[in-house]
Amino acid sequence: MPNTLLISSDQLQTLIDGLRTQGYETMGPRLERGTIVYGPITSGSDLPAGFRDEQEGGHYRLVPSDPSGLEAESFFRYVVGPYSWKRLLFPPRQRLWRARRSDGGFALEPAETRPHPYAFIGVRACELAALAVQDRVFSQGDFADSGYRSQREQTFLIAVNCTRAGGTCFCASMHTGPRARGGFDLCLTELLDESGHRFLVEVGSEPGRKLMEQVSYRRARPDEIEQGRQAVEDAVGSMGRQMRSDAGDILRRNQEHPRWVDVANRCLSCANCTMVCPTCFCSTVEDVTSLDGAESERRRQWDSCFNLEFSYVHGGPVRREAAARYRQWITHKLTYWHEQFGTSGCTGCGRCITWCPVGIDITAEVAAIRDSERAVLEGEV
Amino acid sequence: MQTIPHTLSWGHDIPDPMRPARFRVESVQHELTGVFTVGLKPLDETQTFEFAPGQFNMLYQFGVGEVPISVSGDPARPTTLLHTIRAVGSVTNALQRVSPGTMLGVRGPFGTSWPVAAAEGSDLVILAGGIGLAPLRPLIYQVLANRSRFGAVCIFYGARTPDEILYRDELEQWRGRFDLTVEVTVDRAGSDWLGRVGVVTKLLASKGFSPPDTLACLCGPEIMMRYAVLALHDQGVGDQQIYVSLERNMKCAVGFCGHCQFGGAFVCKDGPVFRFDTIAERFDTREI
Repeated sequence: MPNTLLISSDQLQTLIDGLRTQGYETMGPRLERGTIVYGPITSGSDLPAGFRDEQEGGHYRLVPSDPSGLEAESFFRYVVGPYSWKRLLFPPRQRLWRARRSDGGFALEPAETRPHPYAFIGVRACELAALAVQDRVFSQGDFADSGYRSQREQTFLIAVNCTRAGGTCFCASMHTGPRARGGFDLCLTELLDESGHRFLVEVGSEPGRKLMEQVSYRRARPDEIEQGRQAVEDAVGSMGRQMRSDAGDILRRNQEHPRWVDVANRCLSCANCTMVCPTCFCSTVEDVTSLDGAESERRRQWDSCFNLEFSYVHGGPVRREAAARYRQWITHKLTYWHEQFGTSGCTGCGRCITWCPVGIDITAEVAAIRDSERAVLEGEV
Repeated sequence: MQTIPHTLSWGHDIPDPMRPARFRVESVQHELTGVFTVGLKPLDETQTFEFAPGQFNMLYQFGVGEVPISVSGDPARPTTLLHTIRAVGSVTNALQRVSPGTMLGVRGPFGTSWPVAAAEGSDLVILAGGIGLAPLRPLIYQVLANRSRFGAVCIFYGARTPDEILYRDELEQWRGRFDLTVEVTVDRAGSDWLGRVGVVTKLLASKGFSPPDTLACLCGPEIMMRYAVLALHDQGVGDQQIYVSLERNMKCAVGFCGHCQFGGAFVCKDGPVFRFDTIAERFDTREI
């Protein structure tokens, strides 16, 4: 089988059916409540065809494409929405175990595991990068999160290369996209022109190759591969933002800086940025006991460093000021993450910018601190 | 359903680190008002529980929750696990009401330990404030059991009042030994107190150790450790010779929950014991 294949758009259904026959629960982008979210999809018609998104700081709108244009048929011309795949592998709420009264004490029962592995359809390059980041957090250190790891090992990934960028995207400057460079089973590039609606398919794994055996394909011609390459180049050119490559060092040397108070005056500490971030992994636990006191379960749910109680030790929270909490979030993401996991915690997906109710922009905050340094060096202040 | 091809594999299965093991309370010792020591034995009595001085466990009380507590017993006697606890929150208040036979959950031991091997051949300063003596007691036991391997050993302890001196009987025993310097001070006291009054960092001036050949282990409130570091600097003890034990909010103890981050470090797995030069800079950053 050649490495790059061409399929017609109707073969997407064959891919989905093939995965479902193999026992996968197929998950992909769906149109819900005016946004693109990830949920169960069973047919190609579940995909939101003919939409593109407008994204800016604090702004998200889905716009239908011109019905007479080629884009009206497209499946993947929007970029990422408020959901990330994180919520499926590291669920927002999850039972870790349950304890029941017995033996003059209690007995523990592990949480039940999901019966079906997931297949993710439409994973963007920044999201593949985010999965790789969470893999390091949850399964490649001294300890492994058994729930995450068992799900993740079995997940089948169909990536999609972005052929346009959103207004808050900056994956090109984070070197995570827009082209998926690996970590997928199959990778699609959507081609739309007078010759029709087709997909280039790159095969990234043995399970991917096996699945393609069920699909009607032909070898992609060099001009088609070039057309796909050019489409991804277009996305690089339309990237709305960029992050400085020295962001980690800039923050490290500016832990005391007036900008933190400035950003705290805008930040609502709402935690939206951490909820939409595909790599943020902080969580808290609570023990929930049945009314008769016979059983108690340990539940884990997403938490955020913007919550005041997050850093609580007896006597009060360590990070009382919103300035300290924003500084913790951005410095963790761009600086400490490198020390902890050997990679940036930011993949350039832009969600934190889009979904911030006041449009705080992670790239702009870094740039502002850098500019203030330069102003000091040049004697302007 | 067909077998699912695994697209990734990280090798052998690792046991779930979030799942507690079951222990039973063997003893409850009242120490001070609101401070008590719980002795625990694993349900399987043949099982031992190895730990290094300075490490901690997550203790679970059925239906209430989990808290990180340092091990405060003797590492040479791993059959009974001792934890000295101060009742300050919902879980520690519930733990105060346990009695022999109560079942508790234990996860651990977690984290880094005091530099016992590195301290061999050197003088050792052990400086504690308040309940900060508890995480240092396993170190003291280990040093006393191998006393000849160390140079001068000084224990400096500060409490708020004479009534709040932890492990008072043991401190008196240790004070009676000729091979230890033990100094105790309190912040304030009545006329019946014949000992020292003042902050614990002042005790460092009383010497008894040779600064270039000294390792110092500190545990107590951060403000105390901050001034202790300065006092040690005055004596000529450098950052690389100083170890501190830190406390932060913890939910998981294995680096997943993110709560205990202190700069780039997770206090649960990169700490709680840090060599001071590795954290000196961030120790001075407010609300980090």
